[in-house]
Amino acid sequence: MEDGYPDHMRKSIEKVEKTRSERVGKTFERMGAEESEEVLNRFHPDYREEGKKELVVGPSKGEKAPVELAQLLHSPSLIDPDEVDLSQIDHDVDILIIGGGGAGTVAALWAVKEGISPENILLATKLRHGDSNSMMAQGGIQAADKEIDSPIQHYLDAIGGGHFTNDEALLKALTEDAPKIMKWHEELGVMYDRDKDGDFVELPGGGTSRYRLHSAGDYTGMEIMRVLRDEFRNKDIPVLEFAPAVELLTDGNGEVTGALLMNLETNEYYVVRAKSTIMATGGFGRLHIQSYPTTNHYGATADGLVMGYRAGVPLRDMDSVQYHPTGAAHPDQVVGLLVTEKVRSLGAQPVNVDGEMFVNPLEPRDVEAAAIIRECYGREKGVTTPTGMKGVWLDSPLIDELEGEGTIEDRLPAMVRQYKRFGIDMTKDPILVFPTLHYQNGGLVINPDGSTPVKGLFASGEVSGGIHGKNRLMGNSLLDFNVFGRRAGMAAAKRAQKAGSPAKLSLEHIDKHTEDLEKAGIDTKDTSPRLLPEYRGKKVLERHLDISVTL
Amino acid sequence: MADQEEQNMIDIYVMGRRYRVPEGLTIMTALEYAGYKYVRGCGCRGGFCGACSTVYRKEDDYKLKMDLACQTAVEDGMFLVQLPFVPALREAYEIEDVDPGEKDNVLLDLYPEIARCVSCNTCSKACPQDIEVMDYVQAALRGDVERTAKLSFDCLHCGLCSIRCPADIKHYHLAQLARRLKGRYLDLDSSELEKRIKELEEGIYTEEYEEMLKMTIDELKKCYEERKFEEEG
Repeated sequence: MEDGYPDHMRKSIEKVEKTRSERVGKTFERMGAEESEEVLNRFHPDYREEGKKELVVGPSKGEKAPVELAQLLHSPSLIDPDEVDLSQIDHDVDILIIGGGGAGTVAALWAVKEGISPENILLATKLRHGDSNSMMAQGGIQAADKEIDSPIQHYLDAIGGGHFTNDEALLKALTEDAPKIMKWHEELGVMYDRDKDGDFVELPGGGTSRYRLHSAGDYTGMEIMRVLRDEFRNKDIPVLEFAPAVELLTDGNGEVTGALLMNLETNEYYVVRAKSTIMATGGFGRLHIQSYPTTNHYGATADGLVMGYRAGVPLRDMDSVQYHPTGAAHPDQVVGLLVTEKVRSLGAQPVNVDGEMFVNPLEPRDVEAAAIIRECYGREKGVTTPTGMKGVWLDSPLIDELEGEGTIEDRLPAMVRQYKRFGIDMTKDPILVFPTLHYQNGGLVINPDGSTPVKGLFASGEVSGGIHGKNRLMGNSLLDFNVFGRRAGMAAAKRAQKAGSPAKLSLEHIDKHTEDLEKAGIDTKDTSPRLLPEYRGKKVLERHLDISVTL
Repeated sequence: MADQEEQNMIDIYVMGRRYRVPEGLTIMTALEYAGYKYVRGCGCRGGFCGACSTVYRKEDDYKLKMDLACQTAVEDGMFLVQLPFVPALREAYEIEDVDPGEKDNVLLDLYPEIARCVSCNTCSKACPQDIEVMDYVQAALRGDVERTAKLSFDCLHCGLCSIRCPADIKHYHLAQLARRLKGRYLDLDSSELEKRIKELEEGIYTEEYEEMLKMTIDELKKCYEERKFEEEG
């Protein structure tokens, strides 16, 4: 197998090896409160005021959002309302679901259970059905079902973890519904890890006071998601793939009445009229807030936030973003993917390009992340990868030196396998890490039944805010999309059963948005929603002709 | 970027056209470097979703190789074809009606073509997750739901197995059915969960929730700080 590290990285590894024997059994002093405060203020992305911008248009005007998101919210629409003919309706449905990840799929299933006929539902999604962060979640799903645990304890853990900023009614719904969701999954046949009596094998997560994390190997999200999708296919619910929504439609009076979709391959638009519309587009990881790599999937570009906001739904807690201190920084194949905290718990130390320690390995997550950023960008002591990323070493071979040979293979088998694939043996060589953008804590404001303040529009999953306040606990996002996908699906169904077909489809709210931008003096070439991130080579884009060639 | 210039550049061929790209990129990022923008063939970019199945050949090798574009590094002289997902036919069923305890072989009933398996093992060789695909097809043929479910657990539904199969077997749909049968029928239900759901239905947490919702932030903080952790006993 080829060496997974190029020469210049190999040279830095030699330095790490030289200092390793001196570092065995030693630890770096924990930061005092004052230094923690300072490093957070100077280097944690959430504390950098220049990373945020005040919104100047829309229902949350005056509140702050990450610059990258503000740019999208402050951009004109991707479409010109004058070029769109809304009189030709392509799909006339009871419920339109925008997004084919966990939340959208769950909403569809519960709308059917509530009595909506499958053919009167349309699920439109930007990529394939199932392409989502839901599919990528590894850790597990929280639900208080053990005797020693209770939904109340779950509530308390989550509200503390969220720094007491969570919406209380939403959090009650989350924790109270959790056991019901597990029961539903049991009936659907999700293969959870169980003991010999059939009870779930449960683990603790960061910030949980009970062993409450249910998992299905290292593939919990994938297992849940593929079962949900399988059930969805059994019900024969119509799906449009590669057909993202590009704007919501309204009645011109503040009520959502459907959406405009776009065929991503032909650029043709489709008009959908719906009695209820559910926004389930996920988060914003692919905006790469403050240039961070991300654990998120290709389509996580905040489309739902942009469309919902223009239709009048306020945003909340957008100023807080979840970063994990140790994402993989090399090789490119795994950049941004999570390197579990357990590697540090077992004794691996973060060290810089010269093999020097610079932070205690077990500072709180935000402090640890900020210290790694300081080492790379404040002190220029990071290691640069072939793709231009910076990171610090996590000196994994120390684990075997401390705990005896074979410990790494024994305790971290999946990680060892992952790195081996790319010619890196983490039992012999350190691995390169850097904080990674993980989760959008905030989002569209919702009520406990999944409705938004705008009539006709519902939202669930990562696109919504309030459930987790300013910080989500591990294992509560898989739960979130199940609980609120279900609630939104049921509430959307109830509305559709009562409401007649919307009388009017319009893009007047987009005209208003354009006016607002003009009034605010905003002039940008950008448009939004973004739909897909841009990763093409710089050299190519510099010579790119913006013309389309017909076949 | 200074480091960029120090990098080795290699040649790859996309549908026959040559591009020079830096060594160390994945097939996916190399194509993007070359100027391609994905619409299809790109999903989670982390080896979990199976959207980026790809087929390639090396210059002096007649063999077709298969892998995930996001999890495979480019090599000099790689000839690449992006493979859009090819859906295989799938049988609809009601999970309530397929109890394997009541039927001879549910898997064979819904997917009779597994009986055509010629044991060529092409499916296993095509699998980017190193699953013993042929072995679970054989297990399914014997009606062994448990083994089919376990062997197939790491399946990403990328579909490479089914594309290559000479017997038209829909491996990943078959495996999905087996896993759901195991989850629903073979695994015992949790009695703890049953008990908790009954408690919730009886409303025994209603009062506590009400108290919790009435608390001021300071009272909540106090409760939070005084939590006892399970591992402390």
